Amino acid sequence: MIEFESVSKRFPDGTVAVDDVSLVAPQGKLTVLVGPSGCGKTTSLAMVNRLVDVTSGRILVDGKDVSQTDRVELRRGIGYVIQHSGLFPHRTVLDNVTTVPRLLGWDKKKTRERAYELIEMVGLSTEQAGRYPAQLSGGQQQRVGVARALASDPPVMLMDEPFSAVDPVVRSSLQDEFLRLQDQVGKTILFVTHDIDEAIKLGDKVAVFAEGGHLAQIDSPGDLLAAPADGFVASFVGRDRGYRRLQFLPSDGVGVRSAPTARIGDRALDGWTLAVDGDDRPLGWLAPGADSVTQDRLEPLGSTFTKTDSLRAALEAVLVSPAGLAVRLDDDGCVDGVVDHATLAEHHQASSETAHSGQESR
Amino acid sequence: MDWGWIVDNRDLILELLIEHIWLSAIPVVIGLAVALVLGVLAHTYRWAYPPLLVVVGVLYTIPSLALFIVLPVVLGTQILNPLNILIALTIYSGALLVRTVVDGLDAVPPAVRKAAEGLGYKRLTRIVTVELPIAIPVIVAGLRVVTVANISMVSVGALIGIGGLGELFTSGFQIRFVTEIIVGLVLSLLLAVTADLLLVFLQRKTTPWDRLGATA
Repeated sequence: MIEFESVSKRFPDGTVAVDDVSLVAPQGKLTVLVGPSGCGKTTSLAMVNRLVDVTSGRILVDGKDVSQTDRVELRRGIGYVIQHSGLFPHRTVLDNVTTVPRLLGWDKKKTRERAYELIEMVGLSTEQAGRYPAQLSGGQQQRVGVARALASDPPVMLMDEPFSAVDPVVRSSLQDEFLRLQDQVGKTILFVTHDIDEAIKLGDKVAVFAEGGHLAQIDSPGDLLAAPADGFVASFVGRDRGYRRLQFLPSDGVGVRSAPTARIGDRALDGWTLAVDGDDRPLGWLAPGADSVTQDRLEPLGSTFTKTDSLRAALEAVLVSPAGLAVRLDDDGCVDGVVDHATLAEHHQASSETAHSGQESR
Repeated sequence: MDWGWIVDNRDLILELLIEHIWLSAIPVVIGLAVALVLGVLAHTYRWAYPPLLVVVGVLYTIPSLALFIVLPVVLGTQILNPLNILIALTIYSGALLVRTVVDGLDAVPPAVRKAAEGLGYKRLTRIVTVELPIAIPVIVAGLRVVTVANISMVSVGALIGIGGLGELFTSGFQIRFVTEIIVGLVLSLLLAVTADLLLVFLQRKTTPWDRLGATA
């Protein structure tokens, strides 16, 4: 757990980078610090491993005041990932990953075994262990950066815009993989980004910083989107926050009805027909007016959703469906039912009234 | 060309070549050691760098011949003591290399330094095991310049009596004997080229990570 108790940072030239911030980053959760540039989020992060010292207030890591801990020892006990990876160009992937264990003087053989494990865990192959950073893509370098931060298995990790410097497609897959990784390792993470979408996607808790280094709001992503504390937060989380909030609302419980299915070669139904194979797996939609279901006249299915998906996924499936019907699949990928836009809207209204906090859908 | 002269004097030529090598190499080694210490200090204590630059700049403008002649007076050494040449060239080498070392350390990407600091490196360990190795390509570039410059400057020492292959020039000029001059010239040139290639080879060996394309 990381606790900020009325933390402020004033630089010698008088600028206030962080202004009386109190927050708690809970054990095993990912807490995102987000805000426009110059809002003090990076300074806040740097105060945890004492790259910057606090002017007033205290920061506690697992109950211990960081100002009472030796800088070097403190840093070796905290995982650290930064933008542009900061990998050592003169060392191989393996040597980069084993940096902190070597600084700590750990057993070499164990350290190497652990490093190979981590390299695979972050999605690289062990053949890449002998490569130099310049031989890797930007996304791969960031993965190595994450593996390096995890090498000594620190309970706490600091991540400073780790995915900002890679292109959007790679960023998105890095985020997905990182969420899976965090599910396995369960670190207490403080994560800085200027990208609200990234904050909403990754954070268990999101702390929005405003200019002048003050904390505007800290909440779960769902609550942040549902109830911004003030105009600044509302504008920062964006205009389409209503739509984005759907991703924190479960689709389970939405009233699906049975699908108008038919197999190839069967007679077409009135209205849109959902063509399925022998195992009830969907093949595509057949527009009204055809006599029989033939493969060549099918229109693409678009996206589908399952019980565990969010309302956003369900709505997306409705919007891209040629029939205006979202197809829900069961765990085996078989058609489970369909839902239309009006039903989704009703369900949304009902669930908004009971104000879900939104974490269930993750 | 008097090939017979070369054969008859091969022992002398070899002796002068070896003298030339150590007269130019030792200053590079000591100069580098001094420059590493001063460069790391100037890099760490930034305020010390501008005055240091002024000092090394002034040192470097002193003509070599003047320094060869003044040093015995200052140090109280004999005029024919090779120490004069060694110390003079060490001053030049150090003066040039300080700049190179600081430039090399400055060229370390900020993200790398930040990561090293954040991962818990102590300052000196960080400089020695992370920053200096990354600075090697820049430092070697400086070493190549200094080494070749030294090889040519050693010859100037011949004017005060100690100058390795340069002594072939002075004596060749005195007796108007072209073969001797050409031998000195060709060997100096070969020595410079060999030393340069050796440094390039050393750099390739010590920095396999350099020159790797991002797409490799």
